[in-house]
Amino acid sequence: MSKAIDLLLDVRDWIDDRLPIMRAWDTHMGKYYAPKNFNFWYFFGVLSLVVLVNQLLTGVWLTMMYEPSAERAFASVEYIMRDVDYGWLIRYMHSTGASAFFAVVYLHMFRGILYGSYKKPRELVWVFGMLIYVALMAEGFLGYVLPWGQMSYWGAQVIVSLFGAIPIIGEDLVQWIRGDYLISGITLNRFFALHVVAVPIVLLGLVVLHLLALHEVGSNNPDGIEIKENKDENGIPKDGVPFHPYYTVHDLVGVSVFLFVFCSIIFFAPEMGGYFIEHANFEEANSLKTPEHIAPVWYYTPYYAMLRAVTIPFFGLDAKFWGFVVMAGAVAILFVLPWLDRSPVKSWRYKGRLTKAAIFIFVATFLTLGYLGAIPASGTFLGVDRAKMAAILTIVYFAFFLLMPIYTKIEKTHAVPERVTGL
Amino acid sequence: MIKILRALLILPLALLPLFSHAGGGGDVRLEKVKIDLTDKESLQRGAKWFTNYCMGCHSAKFSRYERVADDLDIPHDAMMENLVFADKKIGELMDIAMPTELGKKWFGAAPPDLTLVARARNPDWLYTYLKTFYVDETRPLGVNNIVFPDVGMPHAMLELQGLQTCAKKDPDSGKCLEVEHVEGTGELTVAEYDQAVTDMVNFMEYIAEPIALERQELGKSVLIYILILFIVCWFLNREYWKGIH
Repeated sequence: MSKAIDLLLDVRDWIDDRLPIMRAWDTHMGKYYAPKNFNFWYFFGVLSLVVLVNQLLTGVWLTMMYEPSAERAFASVEYIMRDVDYGWLIRYMHSTGASAFFAVVYLHMFRGILYGSYKKPRELVWVFGMLIYVALMAEGFLGYVLPWGQMSYWGAQVIVSLFGAIPIIGEDLVQWIRGDYLISGITLNRFFALHVVAVPIVLLGLVVLHLLALHEVGSNNPDGIEIKENKDENGIPKDGVPFHPYYTVHDLVGVSVFLFVFCSIIFFAPEMGGYFIEHANFEEANSLKTPEHIAPVWYYTPYYAMLRAVTIPFFGLDAKFWGFVVMAGAVAILFVLPWLDRSPVKSWRYKGRLTKAAIFIFVATFLTLGYLGAIPASGTFLGVDRAKMAAILTIVYFAFFLLMPIYTKIEKTHAVPERVTGL
Repeated sequence: MIKILRALLILPLALLPLFSHAGGGGDVRLEKVKIDLTDKESLQRGAKWFTNYCMGCHSAKFSRYERVADDLDIPHDAMMENLVFADKKIGELMDIAMPTELGKKWFGAAPPDLTLVARARNPDWLYTYLKTFYVDETRPLGVNNIVFPDVGMPHAMLELQGLQTCAKKDPDSGKCLEVEHVEGTGELTVAEYDQAVTDMVNFMEYIAEPIALERQELGKSVLIYILILFIVCWFLNREYWKGIH
């Protein structure tokens, strides 16, 4: 027995002399000191990784059976659902995983906003995270086209045609993206290539950069205290614990709770009432039949509501173009968040009333926009004209960011404690 | 404050099912149908109605005869004799011979494939639709429908249900709101017809997702497994964190 262990150790050392695996382990796990006061909100980073792995594995298996052609795409998905052993499970894991990915990423980003995790010295961590978010939105959009249902087709039609609103080059650009005069099998094929090869490579690269940047500066915490400023005689942060084993076992608890929710949906409500898989997508794509109501999947609906909220043309350019600009701007503005926050403290725990109110309004705005984006644009919501409401909320959304340099600077902040709290 | 925010975030998720859009149906009130995928007899009768009355024009081309026979406990020879009409083998897809072009010519629109119709629409819609055909001489085929006005489909089960006439019209739009059965017409009584449609819709719900029952069955075991995993992880975590203050 001990001989076998010696042999294994020899192999390890042989590799370590040539590739620093021990150092890598220490840097990222065994001697990576994370603040010991992580709370509920700190599960969503690791959960994003869990879902990423789920998407990669189920995606590979789906690729083995799926056929990316206009004639066979829809039928091949049903073939997976019916004739492939456990194909239904792989497919539901992937379709539910897409929604789960956005759910955990949104909560992960919100955590960053609550505790100011984007602030110096973690600006790059935030920027890489935002790039991941953008890549994820592209990945989700491309993937949604692949089952070739009615909503796949018409969703692609609506989103791709947005580029047509760009002056001068618009129409040619749209044709270049589609590779055809309308969304067709050609489009489906290139979207497949991008969904399974190009974007995942970018996504994985960005995830690595996100983690490397994080581990360089260290994790933030609910108090927004730099634990590195308080070290013991061995140079170890007093408020830190080694990521492994403390946070690996801690995260296992979070992962099992997540899996419970995730599997409840997969096994008992895979369509999630039409929000994870839309009803209209059980009808094969038909270029001659427009669905009565075209709505994106829930994770895009806040932006979709903002896109539709712009109804007036400016400077001789289409309202559609400005809607597109507003939608892109709504995502883009998140990138500069680290430089908009002028508060001397990181966590909202020690920020003033203005920030707390702003975050509260922001969450309500984002959720309401999300709901408005899922329902038809005309009509009323809570007695208010929907279009008007979406327009006002769009302004509120941008105000949260644009006014941030002011309200974070003028408000009175509380004293930040020396050491972390809430254990 | 955090608690309030957390509740705010979770609330919309809990409300999602309330907002779920029905797949079509518009503003017409739909009758509720009782779906029971464990009722094999109902599903068998439904399969009979479906293959006899729907599959003359509609395909169910993503499903296979053999799967239906096995799932519904129908012996293969009985399946071949009573439910498979064309020159087909048991393992084949439930496709039909009518070309799309011809269907378009006959009905104005090609009869859609019905494998997934219960998921694209919903069972209540199908149930109400199949029960609300009524005589309307202004339509090319002599019938109209309440939930699907000006539908191109003839009343395929006219001989079973008999005639219905419009009993109440919307004074503004002229749309029919209620139908009335013409006494003495049809091979089945009203109750028998309701049962036949229930069986048929039950079958359509089954064929839209044949794995549904097994999925839920497997789901229970999976959740129990995860629950045990959670308990183990919980104690493991507690043990490790004991010394951290």
